[in-house]
Amino acid sequence: MSAQYEITETLDCKGLCCPMPVVKTKIAIKKLKVGDILEMISTDPGSIPDMKAWAKQTGHELLVAEDLGNGEYRFLIKKTH
Amino acid sequence: MAEEKRRRLALIASRGTLDWAYPPFILASGAASMDWDVAIFFTFYGLPLLKPKISAQVSPLGNPAMPMNMPFGPEWFQKINWPIPNLIMSNVPWFEAMATGLMKKTFKNKGVATVEELREMCLELGVRLIACQMTMDVFGFKKEDFIDGIEIGGAATFLEFAADADVSLFI
Repeated sequence: MSAQYEITETLDCKGLCCPMPVVKTKIAIKKLKVGDILEMISTDPGSIPDMKAWAKQTGHELLVAEDLGNGEYRFLIKKTH
Repeated sequence: MAEEKRRRLALIASRGTLDWAYPPFILASGAASMDWDVAIFFTFYGLPLLKPKISAQVSPLGNPAMPMNMPFGPEWFQKINWPIPNLIMSNVPWFEAMATGLMKKTFKNKGVATVEELREMCLELGVRLIACQMTMDVFGFKKEDFIDGIEIGGAATFLEFAADADVSLFI
């Protein structure tokens, strides 16, 4: 579904609880360039609503937020500013 | 929106037990991750949360609804909420230390960050940690007792920041 995106970096947040996936995403995105795409994988079910809220607040673009069905969640975030 | 008006979170951390130590650092690091400006004002029993090593404990006696679960063994065993009489909780030596150990182990098993880790994230994300001058004097704390990167201030310092806050919480 997201094969068309070129991923710049992947961040592993598996096993981490709230708020760490959001915190680590923020720290990782700071280090990227505008237009770069960050892939983040988590296992915290709360990270789907949290990442949506995070994107709304920060203005970065949440391209993909999907439940992989194996207890993992995958996000693609495009740095916009 | 990130560039225009940044949102602002003002927190007061007044409790020093393990269960009360988490909310300010979780909210602060979460908000800072969302590009909010954040300050936490540490006062009264919140002050020791600024010490290099946080030795916060949890009191089952003071929290009657606190579940007493075991962090090991099969799932059915971990789900048992052990009914421990107050008489035992208040008289068995080191009961609080044991309860604290069990809670820390449960948190670790579930992947919850330690309070120190969350505080480190707060500093990395630019959260202002302000120690209350007055309570520092009352309890005999000096700036050297605390981690680097904190500020010291009084009620006016906090209120000046909180005046323009979108969210203010007393914890």
